[in-house]
Parts: sequence; C-alpha cells; structure tokens
Amino acid sequence: MIRWVLALALSVLALPLGAQDSMPPAPYAYNQLDDPRLEAEASALMHTLRCLKCQSQSIADSDAPMAGDMRHQVRSRILAGESPEQIRIWLIARYGDYVSYEPEVSSTTWPLFAIPVLVILIVAGVLLRRLGKRRSDDDEGAAA
Amino acid sequence: MRSRLALWIPLALFAFFAGLAAYMLTQPKQQFVESTMIGQPLPAFALDPAFSGLPGAAKADFTGKPKLLNIWASWCLPCIAEAPQLEALQAQGVEIIGIALRDRPEDVANFLGKYGNPYRRIGSDKISEVQLAIGSSGVPETFVIDAKGVIRYQHIGDIRAGDVPLLLEELEKAQ
Repeated sequence: MIRWVLALALSVLALPLGAQDSMPPAPYAYNQLDDPRLEAEASALMHTLRCLKCQSQSIADSDAPMAGDMRHQVRSRILAGESPEQIRIWLIARYGDYVSYEPEVSSTTWPLFAIPVLVILIVAGVLLRRLGKRRSDDDEGAAA
Repeated sequence: MRSRLALWIPLALFAFFAGLAAYMLTQPKQQFVESTMIGQPLPAFALDPAFSGLPGAAKADFTGKPKLLNIWASWCLPCIAEAPQLEALQAQGVEIIGIALRDRPEDVANFLGKYGNPYRRIGSDKISEVQLAIGSSGVPETFVIDAKGVIRYQHIGDIRAGDVPLLLEELEKAQ
C-alpha cells in the first residue's frame, strides 16, 4: 500500500520536471538588489504580479523559470531607474490587467468600485430619512 | 401582500448567486493568457544566434513580407509535435523566424537534426526578455508579424495540422 502511494506521489512530482529547461536562472531571478531600498520596492511589486505559468501564485512565490525571468525584469528595470508603477503598466500592456493582483479601475471592473459607493449612499439616504422622521416625531411629541 | 413578496428577494438573490457560482464551476478554466500586443509594433530586440548554423534574430528581420515568429525550445515536448507543421508552412513559402527560449546551442542543433529545421533564423532568448516583451506566456507560441513589423495574430500552443490553413490565412490577411 505504502509503496503504491509513494509511487503515485513520485509520478506526480516527476511530471513537471519533464517540461523544464536546465539553463542557469537569469542574474536577478534569485539575487537581491544591493540597495535595500530598491530591493524593497522590487519585492513589494513582485508580490503583486501574477506568475503566468502557475497562475495562482505571485512571481515572488513561484519557482517556475518564467517567474524567475519576470523577477529579473522587475529588478533590472528598478535598478535602471523605472518606478514600480511603470513596470506594472509595461506588463499590463502585454498581458492585460490579469497579470496584476493590484485592483485597477477599468471598463470591466468599474462596477466593483461603483456599487459599494452606491449602496453606502442609498443606506445613508434611508437612514437620514428615518432618523430625520423620528426626530421630527419626537419634536412633535415634545411640543404636544 | 407586497411586503410579503419583498421578503423573498434576499433568498432569490442568494439562489441566483449560488446558481451562478455552481454554473461557473462547471465551465472549463481559461488556461491561456493571451497577448494584448496584437496590433502593436514588435518591440525592438536583437538576439544572438541560438547555435552556429543560423543567424540570430532581430526586429529588423521582419520586413519585406509577413512572417511567422515562432517561440519554442528544445526542451519543450509539444514543440516536437509542432515541427512537421512548421515544415509544411515553410514548404508553402512561409518564412519562419525562431526564438529559442532558455536553450543551449548543442541542444538546439540536436533538436533541429532530429526533427527538421524550418527556420530562416533563430535568436537565443536566455532570460525570456523577448517573450515577455511581446506578451507571450508559454512555449510553443507563434505570432504573425506583418511587413511593417506589427504583431497581427497569436497562436498559443503547438500548431496542429488543422491550424496550418488558419495561419496561412492570417499571413494572407497581414499582407
């Protein structure tokens, strides 16, 4: 039984290795930038970018070769003086806002931002009317 | 009576969202991330030759007529399945420029020796820089680039025999 489970586990583990290369990673895939301030900027950005090969992880969390190459792009662009937002925009221009975990207001996502505001306004309106009514009732009660 | 009906609204809303969630769970997951660079000019790049047998690839090579840009790798298994279709396209006069991803010269030469060489040029992209610059997210992927260097079409995954006419049509459209 245990042997079967082990064999099954190993076969699952062995699958992804078949489709990967043996090249050394890009220079900044696993190496941090020397300047801690720049590295912090890069790291914050990398946690909000989606790994395209392993779609439920950020590129900071993934060991996929492509995630390593994306980290290299982020770090080398930060080092070259680009701002994190510029890099995010560069990637969104290539992969759509899917690549970014940071919520953006766009033609498809605006209801997500608009509806809560609308609901709060409606609730505030209803509350004001009810409270206002009760107060005027109280006033009338006091006057009577 | 009207207020009695209104009581059911939250339950109806809940049932609607539960139904929507159940339906979406049965739908197949969209696995591919499409490039949003279609209609955009190819970013500037110049890659070294992937092996000694062919020249490297640069943006400047995409002039004269529409060409295919094929992103592949010797370690990619679907690329083996795709090789005969690329040769069929080349036999029809299509010019194919390859980009070998994270690959070694000896592996590239070995692959071409085994599965045929449909390429005019192959650039070596060791750190996926060109792949990221054109919005590609896997291997193999094939792009139709027109004579002005504008990206016109993206084919994700290996080219099957049935995709060959489609790519020829897209190349024709890009004229």
